[in-house]
Amino acid sequence: MAEVLVVVEASKAAGVKKVTLEMLTLARGLGSVSAVVLGGPGAAAELTDKLGEYGAEKVYAAESDDIDGYLVAPKATVVAELVRRVQPAAVLLPSSQEGKEIAGRLAVKLDNGLLIDAVELAGDGTATQVVFAGSTIVKSKVTKGLPIVTIRPNSVTPEPSASSPAVEQLDVTVGDADKLTKVVDRVAEQKGSRPELSEASIVVSGGRGVGNADNFKLVEEMADLLGAAVGASRAAVDSGYYPHQFQVGQTGKTVSPQLYVALGISGAIQHRAGMQTSKTIVAVNKDAEAPIFELADFGVVGDLFKVVPQADEEIRKRK
Amino acid sequence: MNIVVLVKQVPDSGAERALNSSDNTVERGSANNVINEMDEYAIEEALKIKEAHGGEVTILTMGPERASESIRKALSMGPDKAVHVQDEALHGSCAVATSKVLAAALGTLNADLIICGAESTDGRVQVMPHMLAERLGVAALTGARKLTVDGDTLTAERQTDEGYEVVTAATPAIVSVWDTINEPRYPSFKGIMAAKKKPVQGLALADLGVAADEVGSAGATSAVVEFAKRPPRSAGTKVVDEGEGGTQLVAFLATEKFV
Ligand SMILES: Cc1cc2nc3c(=O)[nH]c(=O)nc-3n(C[C@H](O)[C@H](O)[C@H](O)COP(=O)(O)OP(=O)(O)OC[C@H]3O[C@@H](n4cnc5c(N)ncnc54)[C@H](O)[C@@H]3O)c2cc1C
Ligand SMILES: Cc1cc2nc3c(=O)[nH]c(=O)nc-3n(C[C@H](O)[C@H](O)[C@H](O)COP(=O)(O)OP(=O)(O)OC[C@H]3O[C@@H](n4cnc5c(N)ncnc54)[C@H](O)[C@@H]3O)c2cc1C
Repeated sequence: MAEVLVVVEASKAAGVKKVTLEMLTLARGLGSVSAVVLGGPGAAAELTDKLGEYGAEKVYAAESDDIDGYLVAPKATVVAELVRRVQPAAVLLPSSQEGKEIAGRLAVKLDNGLLIDAVELAGDGTATQVVFAGSTIVKSKVTKGLPIVTIRPNSVTPEPSASSPAVEQLDVTVGDADKLTKVVDRVAEQKGSRPELSEASIVVSGGRGVGNADNFKLVEEMADLLGAAVGASRAAVDSGYYPHQFQVGQTGKTVSPQLYVALGISGAIQHRAGMQTSKTIVAVNKDAEAPIFELADFGVVGDLFKVVPQADEEIRKRK
Repeated sequence: MNIVVLVKQVPDSGAERALNSSDNTVERGSANNVINEMDEYAIEEALKIKEAHGGEVTILTMGPERASESIRKALSMGPDKAVHVQDEALHGSCAVATSKVLAAALGTLNADLIICGAESTDGRVQVMPHMLAERLGVAALTGARKLTVDGDTLTAERQTDEGYEVVTAATPAIVSVWDTINEPRYPSFKGIMAAKKKPVQGLALADLGVAADEVGSAGATSAVVEFAKRPPRSAGTKVVDEGEGGTQLVAFLATEKFV
């Protein structure tokens, strides 16, 4: 059976990310799963067990300071070389900024098609994409070369399938052409220890209706009670209530959680673009005509400053 | 500094958008077309750099005839001139082909710095800058929320999920920007008048040495097999808070097993 390469996304804090487990689950339908770890020296060791738990039969470890030290290009070169050597049935990457960027370079290097932001992937390589603010479902295929596909987080439920992967170290030699952009610093701007926005199974978002940055504590408090990530509308971000990396929508993150809670958000089409595929949507808005109610499974017409504290109290009671 | 800004015309993201059922490509005829929003931030950044360091700003667009409206609009913000790559054969181009054409056009422009939006609102594929960097052999600093230019050294803050990365490179380079980087200026009346007289060079595929069967539907590396409208979500229960709204909300969450 041909190999399927899964480019691993992991973080220092959280280890193997959920989207990686989703990719491993999807990849099993396409061939024998090989995970590719791209990172600094020693990066693969702490990830291998988890990758095996979810069906990786092999782990390729490309470990070098150059991979961490320069932006994207070295990673694409390593993956391209591996593709040329093992001729996989497909390459799956996370639909993160960097995952897409690696995919883009890879497609150019191999003169190969690529599909971005798939939410499903059939055994024959047909991908499903949800486009235009969640209004249209597209099925598409790579018609030149092998399927290079990026997978949107929260698309499939990760399912374990134990195996004990063999680790193969890749030889990493990074040429000058891949060292044009140097990473000189990485700065964490964490907001508490909440789950990551694009991977969270519950997201609680606040909009302009929250009123100011200080009041966002109300959004955070409900998020913490539900074990959720915090999101924000663009109006809330532009008004300085919450940082940009938490923006949900057309020009922010696309989220697809089990539950999306919209507090003081009107539900503009560009906001819906980022949350429309959430499984369940609830909203609190004082304007009964707000468009967010058109897609809410449960809506409360009311003042969020009254409704949210009462809801928090009720959640605490039920715990 | 010789700066080229990539500007794409897209259907308005605030309106209903659709694919064309005859060939599964984006319906651009009936859609209200606008400059891809993120590209306005790219133009603004280029103008600021020109104002501080001198040089020239050129707009580069690949798109059909009607993209010329967006080119005029872009020029009215202040850039000096534009290049419009236009060819029947380009209809239906995938990202790989688009990057081939834009790279060929950039090859004629000798840019020190190329600036583009981090993503378009229609395709949203977020791959163009790295594809172009790969083809042109220049540095890529992508997803910038801040950019500083010091001689031929560029430093950018690249936004990430965890915070940001500080990345540096020497020109020539391509930089892609988010809407956090600046506040785009509105075209002035004078700017709008001046834009009418600014030169727009038209380029066809033959001028770029790209064959027609390498692009468009003919040369596409991926294809839309089928598409369907997603059934619209239907509204569920809506209650008016009369003192019990929060409790009712949680009761609903409980039936769905979220609490
Ligand atoms: C190209 C483009 C891209 C865009 N991308 C995005 C994007 O990525 N994400 C995004 O979110 N938007 C985006 N927008 C902006 C979008 O069009 C809306 O302007 C934005 O979503 C509005 O945010 P909001 O709902 O928080 O604010 P508003 O529309 O001002 O709504 C605030 C809501 O809060 C309610 N409210 C006020 N006070 C209370 C209270 N005390 N209790 C309860 N409810 C209250 C009001 O009734 C109102 O419905 C984009 C726009 C464009 C043109
Ligand atoms: C809904 C949808 C889904 C798509 N999915 C795929 C896919 O999975 N794979 C694929 O290969 N193609 C796909 N395409 C086609 C792809 O979007 C186009 O080829 C497009 O021209 C390049 O991608 P982008 O605009 O999304 O680029 P992005 O990488 O998102 O754009 C970044 C920046 O590049 C610049 N730019 C992009 N195009 C142009 C242009 N024509 N002229 C000038 N500057 C430009 C702009 O500054 C823009 O802000 C899709 C198109 C649509 C509408």
